[in-house]
Amino acid sequence: MLLVVLDHDRGELDESTREALTFGRVLAAKMGAPMEAALVGSDDGDLVAAAAEHGAATVHTCVHEILVDYGPDAHGSVVAQMVEALDPAAVLAGGSDRGNEVMAHAAARLDTALATNCLDVAPGDPWSMTRLQWGGSLLEDCTLEGDVALLTCAVHALAAAPAGGRRAEIRPFTAALNETHAVTMVRDRIVGEAGVTLSTANVVCGGGRGVGSEEGFAPLEELAALLGGRVGCSRAVTNLGWRPHSDQVGQTGTRIAPEIYIASGISGAVQHWVGAMASKHILAINTDREANMVAKADWAVIADLHEVIPAIIEEVRHRRG
Amino acid sequence: MKILVCVKRVPLPGARINVTDDGLEVDAAHLGFTTSPHEECAVEEAIRQKERHGGEVTVLTLGPSEAEEQLRYAASVGADHAVLVETDGAPWDPQRTAAALADVIRELEGGDPFDLVLFGNESADSGGFQVGIRVAVALGRPTVQGVKGIEVSGGVVTVRRAIDAGFEVYELPRPCVLGVREGLNLPRYPTMKGRLASKKLEIRALTTDVDPGGQTRVRLHRPVEAVSETVILGEGPDAAAAVVDVFAELGVL
Ligand SMILES: Cc1cc2nc3c(=O)[nH]c(=O)nc-3n(C[C@H](O)[C@H](O)[C@H](O)COP(=O)(O)OP(=O)(O)OC[C@H]3O[C@@H](n4cnc5c(N)ncnc54)[C@H](O)[C@@H]3O)c2cc1C
Ligand SMILES: Nc1ncnc2c1ncn2[C@@H]1O[C@H](COP(=O)(O)O)[C@@H](O)[C@H]1O
Repeated sequence: MLLVVLDHDRGELDESTREALTFGRVLAAKMGAPMEAALVGSDDGDLVAAAAEHGAATVHTCVHEILVDYGPDAHGSVVAQMVEALDPAAVLAGGSDRGNEVMAHAAARLDTALATNCLDVAPGDPWSMTRLQWGGSLLEDCTLEGDVALLTCAVHALAAAPAGGRRAEIRPFTAALNETHAVTMVRDRIVGEAGVTLSTANVVCGGGRGVGSEEGFAPLEELAALLGGRVGCSRAVTNLGWRPHSDQVGQTGTRIAPEIYIASGISGAVQHWVGAMASKHILAINTDREANMVAKADWAVIADLHEVIPAIIEEVRHRRG
Repeated sequence: MKILVCVKRVPLPGARINVTDDGLEVDAAHLGFTTSPHEECAVEEAIRQKERHGGEVTVLTLGPSEAEEQLRYAASVGADHAVLVETDGAPWDPQRTAAALADVIRELEGGDPFDLVLFGNESADSGGFQVGIRVAVALGRPTVQGVKGIEVSGGVVTVRRAIDAGFEVYELPRPCVLGVREGLNLPRYPTMKGRLASKKLEIRALTTDVDPGGQTRVRLHRPVEAVSETVILGEGPDAAAAVVDVFAELGVL
């Protein structure tokens, strides 16, 4: 049996869950085994439905006063206890922050290997998989040994596709939990600003070291505002203190997926590129024709950004009348 | 406060990552080395907490002897002690790494625990998202990952963890283990004095004997990438018209 752990926040389905269920369905078929789901905490109605829709015939649910809000320790402990009681051949979660965290807690408690952020998994003895390294700039083929294969699938490894299932049987699971599991629990939440964020913006105007100064970002701000987009930046810029880290695009920053990414004065190091590669189109503005960002772009302007960006702003204004 | 930071030496690739002929490692023949940005922030945070509350900062790495470079860098920005667990150079899987680090931490503590043990959220290269959690569980200490804010007040460590819609707040007792993310702070640069002092830093060498875990690398390879033909729209501000044509075509004008 393959057990898929459902990622949710206080009963509300996380985006990665449908992907994990789809990934799980493909994997279960390769295993020639049924897919079941694990729900730690209560359901707002969509979770069991999503599991059923994606082909899980059974959902093991664990409800407990400690599990009302998220706690990595408690959630990981329940998954570990489910592994011991239900004896699945493999356990899979989505490669979201929580998915990876809960599985690492379970793996630590079971003292078993865990392969995170897999793109492809083949059951066997040992199991083999391809997983992300360097935030996706590099792939690793590896093998996994143990009594149970613990896995997470990379976010967007494949598109979620429901299988048309209608009903899943709910099987209550009783876990041994105590106050120590409640030490690490969400105590409070601070809600961030609403509206267009870097990760959801349709247009991103990115600036790198080539922008030259904090003030140099004013034209990028202006262009982003004109196009209803957001300013992004490279780590060189964050490190220089020109922009806050929340603007950083890349491996240790934000992953963007705009219709167009306008990358100015950015060389295109792999760690920046992995954050930008989901952009549908890229326009690079760089004085260096050989820059990696230029090579990877759909369009490029080989020139000083300080001259080009004001000219673009003027042209946008002119066309709009 | 006694604080320990675990850092990992990784190569610093530029425009592409090349792999050695046997496929087992990143070809670092012509590359510099660094620690992950997450871990640089962990070091910076440890020093800030020391400046605020007093105490000492120790940095610990498991890796080849050259990883001394990353320990000295941490010392150049203010770490007091450094510990190297030397490996044969071959990469260790996360289970083995965590078991070794937990052993060494117990030995360093000798029953008097570090108030905070800081990790990066994930290592820059192998990105297992698990070594810190495994160490915390082995030591029996509470842990939270994705940390972007730490406040220590008495025995309580209040941490903020970044989520899509803002922050989650956790309150942990000391001692605890935290996995931090870049953006937690803006790391300082070493001063000349710091650099000089770090050259004299004595690095404590420790060894452990732990078995490999269940994950074994077969080979590394680059993802297949679509080759794009770049259309050069111009070489000066005159290109603006062509750029705005593109905006119009994409419907973002
Ligand atoms: C583990 C790890 C994680 C990392 N994570 C990230 C990350 O999340 N995001 C990130 O961005 N980086 C990240 N980095 C850093 C990355 O390796 C690069 O150092 C960084 O992206 C370089 O930023 P840059 O392109 O702005 O600067 P540079 O590489 O210095 O490039 C500047 C570019 O500007 C061009 N230029 C200069 N003047 C002008 C001008 N007047 N007009 C037009 N063009 C001009 C130059 O030709 C050059 O191409 C990470 C590194 C490591 C080791
Ligand atoms: N070889 C190592 N030496 C010291 N710390 C390490 C080592 N490997 C991993 N870590 C720490 O564990 C964190 C998580 O690593 P990982 O599980 O590989 O993503 C890293 O950010 C480091 O803080």
